Amino acid sequence: MFDFHPQLKQRFAALRTGAEFFSLRYVRESGQYLSVRKNVAEPPHLSRDEGAMLTARVNGVEAYAATNDLSPTGLQAALDRAEQQARALAAHALLDLRQHTVSSERGDYLSPDLQQPFPSLSECYQLLGAESAAVPKDDRLVNWQVSIGINHVEQIYLNSAGAELRQAQRFVYPGLDVTAYDGHDSQTRSLGRENFGQQGSADVISRCGLIGAGPLVADQALQLLLAPNTPQGPRDLLLMPDQMMLQIHESIGHPLELDRILGDERNYAGTSFVKASDFGHLQYGSRLLNVTFDPDIPEELASYGHDDDGTVASKQFLIREGRLERPLGGALSQFRAGLNGVANSRACGWNRPPIDRMANLNIEPGEQSLEQLIGGIEHGVLMSTNRSWSIDDARNKFQFGCEWGQLIENGELQGVVKNPNYRGISAQFWNNLSAVGDRSTFKVLGTPNCGKGEPNQVIRVGHASPACVFSNIDVFGGDA
Amino acid sequence: MSRALSQVEQFKALVSWLRSALRESEQFTLSYAAESSAFVRFNHAKVRQAGEVQQASVSFKLIDQGRHADLNITLAGDPQVDQQRLAEGLQQLRETLPLLPPDPYLLLNHDGWQSTQVQEHPLPDTAQVVEQIARAAEGLDLVGFYAAGPISRGFASSAAAFGWHQANSFNFDFSLFHANGQAVKASYAGHDWSDAGFAKRFEQAREQLEYMGRPLHTLAPGEYRAYLAPAALDEILGMLCWGGFSAQSIASKSSPLQKLYAGDQHFSPLLDLAEKVSGSLSPAFSGEGYPRSDLALIIAGAAGEQLVSSRSAAEYGLVANGAGGGESPSALNMAAGTLPEAEILKQLGTGLYISNLWYLNYSDQPAARLTGMTRFATFWVENGEIQAPVNTMRFDDSAYSLLGSQLEALTQERELILSASTYDQRATASALLPGALVSRLTLTL
Repeated sequence: MFDFHPQLKQRFAALRTGAEFFSLRYVRESGQYLSVRKNVAEPPHLSRDEGAMLTARVNGVEAYAATNDLSPTGLQAALDRAEQQARALAAHALLDLRQHTVSSERGDYLSPDLQQPFPSLSECYQLLGAESAAVPKDDRLVNWQVSIGINHVEQIYLNSAGAELRQAQRFVYPGLDVTAYDGHDSQTRSLGRENFGQQGSADVISRCGLIGAGPLVADQALQLLLAPNTPQGPRDLLLMPDQMMLQIHESIGHPLELDRILGDERNYAGTSFVKASDFGHLQYGSRLLNVTFDPDIPEELASYGHDDDGTVASKQFLIREGRLERPLGGALSQFRAGLNGVANSRACGWNRPPIDRMANLNIEPGEQSLEQLIGGIEHGVLMSTNRSWSIDDARNKFQFGCEWGQLIENGELQGVVKNPNYRGISAQFWNNLSAVGDRSTFKVLGTPNCGKGEPNQVIRVGHASPACVFSNIDVFGGDA
Repeated sequence: MSRALSQVEQFKALVSWLRSALRESEQFTLSYAAESSAFVRFNHAKVRQAGEVQQASVSFKLIDQGRHADLNITLAGDPQVDQQRLAEGLQQLRETLPLLPPDPYLLLNHDGWQSTQVQEHPLPDTAQVVEQIARAAEGLDLVGFYAAGPISRGFASSAAAFGWHQANSFNFDFSLFHANGQAVKASYAGHDWSDAGFAKRFEQAREQLEYMGRPLHTLAPGEYRAYLAPAALDEILGMLCWGGFSAQSIASKSSPLQKLYAGDQHFSPLLDLAEKVSGSLSPAFSGEGYPRSDLALIIAGAAGEQLVSSRSAAEYGLVANGAGGGESPSALNMAAGTLPEAEILKQLGTGLYISNLWYLNYSDQPAARLTGMTRFATFWVENGEIQAPVNTMRFDDSAYSLLGSQLEALTQERELILSASTYDQRATASALLPGALVSRLTLTL
């Protein structure tokens, strides 16, 4: 671990520049993606990647150069290019960073159980093969796939103010999906995949529930095939954590990103219905809503000690009892906006610059068990596992769809319904939050696929949430 | 020696070393991707973030006795370091293969095909481009992104196939915002930056911005006539391409176009859609080692060919046609219609002129029912005249309705849309599309 650190430090010390501040962020990543589809092992996809981004600040103007050449001359050339770029574009720079303080932090961060070896490739294939074989034989089950993705990431950040930060992490993404088809309609039920990822070791596979899940997931796909469409009309909506994560992500996370509020993303990811002046004032949701930026849950995907600009990460309330307190903005955005934020300046790799990202964005648990949540609903629907997401560029008007629905009548779970969709407006939706599940309903989830930024970046984010109830939501089904 | 030659020679050196290092029973494919990019991000007509990225990698497949595995390796650009990395990769793959069962769906291309495309049109200096953009945007609220530089793609195999594709390109993707928060979107992209060409494109966007200052027209949910400009149509096709034409998705019933391919649904007879690789900006070969074919995907509204990767070919008994592993089109070409651009507003009469759509997804995937938002310049038109910009609205409609029963006309003129995507690397995908006049678009929120 960190075996390139001594050499890198030496090379960093030898760099020469006219910049008043410079930094180097080195990232080494290795990955493997293994899958078995319909009992056939697919070839493994392995990867090894490493490179570095150099940043130079000249007269308050910053620019970067990322390079795959880690030799002393390669790093020097990249720093020179960054410096030249900062000088060449100075006349048109948006920001003057001369007063913006930089990190001088030092420290290490490791994923939980990082030293514990992960099961071998053979053992992984054995597990995947067993789960695939456990999917029952039924002509209507036309496709199924079991997979594990594993990524090891080492990052070293050094800067001319003396910062020296190292982090080594392992991310695990188990998944299973089954598709059933009746000659007319098809329905897919899944576990994990884009809705689940954690830091850790083999225990992540257990926590996902993958082991022994094949028959249940297949049975649920068949149940969906036989189920009626979700009825249309207003109902109370019980969202399970694997849909809550998407709801949090799209209609709290993105609108609270400070770089969106400052306009950086208006050409691509979009803007926000939230204004800078709303912090400290806006009643974002009902008094049951407590939202935190929390880098301290070790297994959650975006837990870390410092962000990619070297800011110390600590738990912060973004929304407390429904009132908006602070944005998702890193040190640079905080400097620009004059607002307190969080340590969420992050890059997806060595070849992309840090921008404001979501990291771990969670809803704090409430006081009701799942039985109590269901018992409190007279006319409603439970929805689980996200499969469709669409929201406007200000992150307000949304429509989301799930894999699994179950009607709730007079406080009791009723039959399964397919194609469960719902739509609403963020600014109103969270005020309809009427009940929050307790810790027994709380799940730590996350996705590797959050896209944003120019150049585009896809990054991992964590979301932990209890089950939650929203009153009087517009729900509907599909065509088939 | 130019950088392009240097890269191709470095790639050839790796291929040559690999050929010499292989054992008799082993085979390989090696694909190469590299780019040097200038990236400049603008906000409020100023440079928000600027930099350069230099990256190169190979994707190495080792095959032995019916077993195979893939390894992606980032290269350093130094021949010795890269050969060492490839040697370590070979060792890793040799240790991996015995752990795997033979793959029944392995299908290798044994043809020793050759393909070379090199385009070295010089690109302008980044600082000069920034200067020009800043001048044009004076007094305007411009937000955007300029990406430019050379891109290289290569392929080689133990069957002596060799492909090389290299092109310089730029893409300036930008928006102009009115003080009321409304905006227009435009792009200027290609191989040959022309000051006059840029000025013309910028002026068109600026003219459209004038309309955005009119008081907002608030629409209620309901059904409306609509014109979808090529960029809006591109968003709909982008969703349909997400597994729509994939042989594996069609066979495994996860394609949004499964009803089309089953013959249960059809689009309008006006609709002809092809994957037209020839003349496009993307490489003429796939990363898995097949020359890419031109494919008629939709013919007069009915299902045509599918995109077939080598794996799908083996699994479903089809013929591989150069699709990559994801089996997605990257050189879409829709046939033009008969509606002259000058007649669009008149033919629309009263309804919506939609320049862009945004964030589409499925309400019901097997039924190809889509939802999404209007974004950027969307106008309310009455009696053939633009009245006002409209508030952001959500649509929810079946593709078989929009491009089928409700499709009235496609425009005579088509627009070449070059992908501005930069996830992992700068995209080479493109779409040549007309605009579409539809008699009914359902707005829901």
